[in-house]
Parts: sequence; structure tokens; C-alpha cells
Amino acid sequence: MAAELGHFALILAFCLSLPQAFFGLAGAAWRRPHWIALTTRAVAGHFVFTAIAFACLSYAFYVNDFSVLYVAQNSNSELPTFYRFAAVWGAHEGSLLMWLLVQAIWTVSVAAFSRNMPQVMTSRVLGVLGLISAGFALFILMTSNPFDRLWPAAVDGRDLNPLLQDPALAIHPPMLYIGYVGMSVPFAFAVAAMLEGKLDSLWARWVRPWATVAWMFLTIGIALGSWWAYYELGWGGWWFWDPVENASFMPWLIGTALIHSLAVTEKRGLFKSWTLLLSITGFSLSLLGTFLVRSGVIESVHAFASDPARGLFILIFMTACVGGALALYAWRAPMFRSNAGFAPVSRESFLLLNNVLLVAATALILLGTLYPMFLDALNLGKISVGPPYFTVAFVIPMLPMVFLLAPGMHASWKRATFERTKATLARLLLAAVVLGVAVPGIAYGWHSAITSVGIIVALWVAFSSLVEPVSRWRKGHSLPASIIGMSVAHFGLALFIIGATTVESWHQETDLSLKPGQSASVAGFDFELIQLREVSGPNYEAIESEVVITRDGEPVAIVHPQKRTYRVQTNAMTEAGIAGRWHRDLFVAMGEPLGDGAWSFRLQYKPMVRFIWLGAFIAALGGLISVFDRRYRQRVTVDAAVAVPGVSAKTA
Amino acid sequence: MTPRRRRMMLVGLIVLGVGGAVAFALSAFQDNLLYYYSPSDVSAGKAPVDRVFRVGGMVPEGSFKRPAGSLEAHFVLTDYAHQVTVSYTGVLPDLFREGQGVIARGRLGPDGTFVAEEVLAKHDENYMPPAVADSLRQQQDKRVTTPLPTT
Repeated sequence: MAAELGHFALILAFCLSLPQAFFGLAGAAWRRPHWIALTTRAVAGHFVFTAIAFACLSYAFYVNDFSVLYVAQNSNSELPTFYRFAAVWGAHEGSLLMWLLVQAIWTVSVAAFSRNMPQVMTSRVLGVLGLISAGFALFILMTSNPFDRLWPAAVDGRDLNPLLQDPALAIHPPMLYIGYVGMSVPFAFAVAAMLEGKLDSLWARWVRPWATVAWMFLTIGIALGSWWAYYELGWGGWWFWDPVENASFMPWLIGTALIHSLAVTEKRGLFKSWTLLLSITGFSLSLLGTFLVRSGVIESVHAFASDPARGLFILIFMTACVGGALALYAWRAPMFRSNAGFAPVSRESFLLLNNVLLVAATALILLGTLYPMFLDALNLGKISVGPPYFTVAFVIPMLPMVFLLAPGMHASWKRATFERTKATLARLLLAAVVLGVAVPGIAYGWHSAITSVGIIVALWVAFSSLVEPVSRWRKGHSLPASIIGMSVAHFGLALFIIGATTVESWHQETDLSLKPGQSASVAGFDFELIQLREVSGPNYEAIESEVVITRDGEPVAIVHPQKRTYRVQTNAMTEAGIAGRWHRDLFVAMGEPLGDGAWSFRLQYKPMVRFIWLGAFIAALGGLISVFDRRYRQRVTVDAAVAVPGVSAKTA
Repeated sequence: MTPRRRRMMLVGLIVLGVGGAVAFALSAFQDNLLYYYSPSDVSAGKAPVDRVFRVGGMVPEGSFKRPAGSLEAHFVLTDYAHQVTVSYTGVLPDLFREGQGVIARGRLGPDGTFVAEEVLAKHDENYMPPAVADSLRQQQDKRVTTPLPTT
């Protein structure tokens, strides 16, 4: 019953997204207040029915209704309750339903927090979002209905993929989706501005919080995925340049470029068409990511054998969205010329370079991700692009970008002379050079020039991100949330770079064979295998080993890595044993039995690895803080009323 | 310097910088392309001997050998027409098992053994790496069109 109810609610949600799109766009175009008023009703209705559909699917999982095909494929009566809910988005159909729900939540939020925007603008944005919702709802109904029945019902389910039975992974998809889908909001704003034919700094002020929040969730989602891969999947790796990782990383890079370009558009009224283009690109890359994951064109841990019809639908949908938006852009972009200029050394220039370098990095990653697919599609052979390419192609544009970040944060608009900050920045650079060479040198030894440069640059950014808040605080000046947010986010980036550089330069690992009683040594730590024993969990059996780690005879930690076999899906799964401190992880993973009571083990020493995720979360926190800046809460001011004749002018 | 000249200089510098970056990126790109070959390609001598490439296929039942207590594993990859012997030292992925599709990355040794640096197996048991599925399908098609070898 719940399944039919959910299916019905989903159809209704689709039906309501159509009037949302129509009345939103047409009401704004022809200035019909009644139609505009109808739009928000449609938004509310669409949200309610999408939520009902999602709740119905969750309920089917909760009560183990194995007459629903999707539940039977992805759950099991032994699956713990928490993971039964996570299983809702554990595979294709349910994750799309979650996509739709997230889209509905973003849309409702736009409708709810738009009091400081002219109604016409809100209406257009909601209309565009309605079109996107309609596309996705249709996609689910036509190709991937999660409510399909299985008759006769299965006795028990095939269980959730064991890799997904993990807390970090249970929340990784929702976070990532909130970010992905959130990119549709700046996209909708961009389309709305192009339809309106007007784009001013007020527009940028409306979009900025949305872009920042979407970016924040994308950051958290990617970081959680990386963290999960590290301890669950990757044998200690934290980033693989897997096509699907790239698919989530490219919108992130463009989103980062967008929030910086929006700053220029808001403060100086510049980069208007560039900002529009980034908004379009960001969402296009989100859609591309979905296409890559869902169509099965790529080889990846995320790719499931899937239906070509799905890929085709997304491809058509993507072409319509991107093609439509770009056509509109080609038509309207010439309207958004700005005449203001800026000196070669100014904050505008620094942000321009930031954008150019971020986009260059994205383009290089896109090349490496898509090139193998094109060759394959054209039958020119099967190739893949190795991770070293991505590392080089990413680091080369990013190193100058991070280097420019420290002065860029302190450059003034229009023309920067650095009179006030020159001395401070130079002193901080000197400190960064000394510390960046000395501290890692003493702790780990010399690695390479590029490693030192990376750490020096990161330290310089970390120090200089604190300059502005500290000096304002010392002088008793006001400290707006946007400045705290910027400083915190850049500080997080610096921590990330320190973590990534250190772990990539000085990690140590070894694969070896151990019997109980034997020990091995990595990076000065001795790992002794004490014993192996059998344990059993709610839906799995496991061999657990006890490994005692000591250093110079002093006990450091005891870890219990496991090799699990899940009862239903019979796949072997590795649970690593990690002894973590803030500055290093000791990582022990079991391989397979080698006979004679010996097992293969992988032992790893991972210095500073936690800074990677810590930095990402701090950067996301910075984004969150900046959204609370007071100016985003201000109501429509006089110039807005002038900017939008028609509706606001009547009330003024 | 006239403003016009200065602008041209700036444009020239940017073009030079972008050109250099593109050249660098493309050379990195060339160096890191990994080609995929099927066991038939390898047997026919199509695979390069001096660079890293990938080979994929099924691991037939009974082909996996590993001396007790050792990390050095030997197995066979087949597309049901030809096969390649693979050696690998290290921890194998969880989903590695006989009767499954596997992709190995490494070099061809002088004795014709493929020395793998990395072995990939996929996490869904119904799933076969698309490249492996393709090369298996090609072999199957060939078998339909050409008469079966009489052995």
C-alpha cells in the first residue's frame, strides 16, 4: 500500500512541478501577480508530495516490504534499522528520489528566504527550478521507479551493499546531493537574470548565500566520501582521481570560482557575464556527474551495471538545460557589459587569476576524465588516464593560485598598493619559509623542493588569513561575519594543503605476511600480530586480528582490523584498524589468508592525514559563517525598487 | 611604452603562459595514458613491452596459485580465446576471486608474464568491468562467425 501511495505522490509531485515552472516563468514575463502567487503554492505542493513519496519508500524499507523490488534488492531483514534508512539512497532509484527531495527542499528554501528579493525575480527562479524538478521527476517515473512491485514477493532481501554499511557513507550521499542540487540555485538565478535582462550587484548579493551554502555542502560531501574511501575502501588512499570523484570535484572547483567571482560582481559590478557563465557551468558539471555515474559509461567503484535508457534521458535533459542556458547566454550576455576598470594590481586582478586558474584546473581534469570515454565511444581503443596526470595537472595551476591567495586577501579593490600590509606579509612569508623547511625537516627529513614549497605556501596562507581578523580585533573595529568566514575558509584550505602535502610526501606502507607472534616495523613503529579470532556481527561473520603497536618498547595502541564476510552478499570486506592521533594515523588492514596460519597485512604510517578532512570541514565552516553576514538579511532597498519596475515600483 | 604596447605585451605574456601550461599538461597527459589490451591482444604481440598498460579478463577456476605464507601470487587472465599469466606481489583486493573479471595494471616481463603493480576487482558481484565485458563479447562474436577450432 505504501508503495502505491508513494508512486501516486510522486506522480502528483511531477504534475505540480509543471505549474510551478509555467506560472513562475510566465507570471514574471507578463507581470501577472496572481500567477506569481500561484507559483509558491505549487512549490509547497511539490515539496509536500515529494516528501510523502520519500517517506513511503523509507517506510517500505523500515517494515522490510520485500514485495517492493527496490527494497528487495537493497535491504535485508537482518540489516540494522539505521542502515535500512541509509539503504533508501543506497542505489540508483532511491538516490534519484532523494535528489528530487533535495531539489524540493532547495526550492522551498528559496521561496521562504526571498523576502528581500523582488517578486518577479523570485518567481523566475522558482520557475526555472520547477523545470529542473519536472525533468528529474519524469526521469524517475519513466526509467527508475523505486516503487515497482516484485511479484511474488521475495522471502528476504539481497541486502545493502556491505561497502555502504558505514556511518560516514550513510550521510555522504545526502551531503553531496545537497551540494550538487544546490548548484541548480545559482543556475536558476543566472537564467532568471538573463530573462530579466538585468544583473546588478544586488542580484549578486541574493545569489551569494545560495552559492556559498551549496559549495559548503559539496565540500562536506566530498570530504566525507574521501574519508570513507580512506578507511573503508581505499586501503589508506584518500583520493584516487576516479572519474566519479572527478565528477563531484569539478562542480566544486567551479563553485569555488563562482563564489569568488560573485564577490567581484557584488562589490564592483564587474565580471557579470563571467559569473553567469560559471553559474551555468557549475550546474552543467553537476548534471554531467550524474550522467557519468548513472549511465555506466565509466569504469569506477561507483559505476553499476545500468540501463542505457537512463543515460540517454540524462544526456537529453543535460543538453536541454545546458544548451538552453547557453543559447540564452549568447543572446543576452552582451547586455551585461560593465565599464568600470581596475588596476593590474588590485583585488579584482587577484580574483580574476583565482578564477582563471580554477577554471584551468577544471578543464584539465575534464580532459582527463572525458578523453578515455570519447576514444571508447569512437572505437579508438580503451585507455585510462593515470592518477599522476591528474596530480600534475591539478597542482600546476593550484600552486600559483594558493601563492597569490595570501596577498590577494589583503589587496584593496580598484588599486592595491599593500602599503599597510606589505611589511606584515613579508614577515609572515619569512616565518613560513623558516617553519616550512625546519619543522618537517626535523620531524620527517627532507623530501623534495616541491613539498617544501607546498608547505611554505600553505603556512603563508594560514598566517596571513589571520592578519585581518586579528588587526580588526586589536583595534576594536567591527568584525563582520563575511570577513571571519573568509579567514576561516582560507585557514581550512591551508590545513588541507599541509595535510595532503605531508601525507603524500612522507607516508610509508608495506605489504607483508604475518603469523600470530610475528612482528614487523614501519616508520619506527613495531606491529605485532598477537592473535586471530572469529567474531560475528548482526549480518556478518568476521576474522578479527589483534595487533599491538609499540615504539621502542613503549605501547602505542592496540588495533583490531577485521576481514568481514556478509551473510547475504558473501563479499569479503576489509575493516581497517586505525590508531589515530592528530598528527598521524597508523593503519593496519588485513589482506587474505596465505595458508599455514599466515595472513597478508598492509601496514601504513600516514602523517598529518587527518588535516585533509579537518581542513575541508573548517573551510566548509567558513562558508557557513559568511552566510550569516548582516547584509544578506537586509530587505529590498530603494535602488532595488528602482531596479525592478513593475512590481516593486507600485508598492514604493 | 604606450598603453597599446603595454597591452600587447600583457596579451603576449598571457598567451605564452597559457601555451606553456597547455604544452606541459599535454605532455603529462601523453605520459600517463594507460592503454587497455585484452589477453588476445597481448598474445598477438600488440601490447607494448616498454610501458605500463592494463590487461583485463576472467580469472579461470583453478588458475590461482600462491605458495603458502608468501605474498607472491600467480594467476591467469583469459578472454576465452587466449590467456596471459600474471604475477603480483602484495595484498589482493577483497573481491578478487576465481571466476571473476579482473583488471591488472603493470608491465610485460621478458618471459611473457605480465607483472602487475595493481589488481582491480569490482565491488558488485553482478558487475563486470565494461572493458572486460567488451573484450569477452568480442571473442564470443568471433566464435559465432568463425568455425570452432577442432581440438
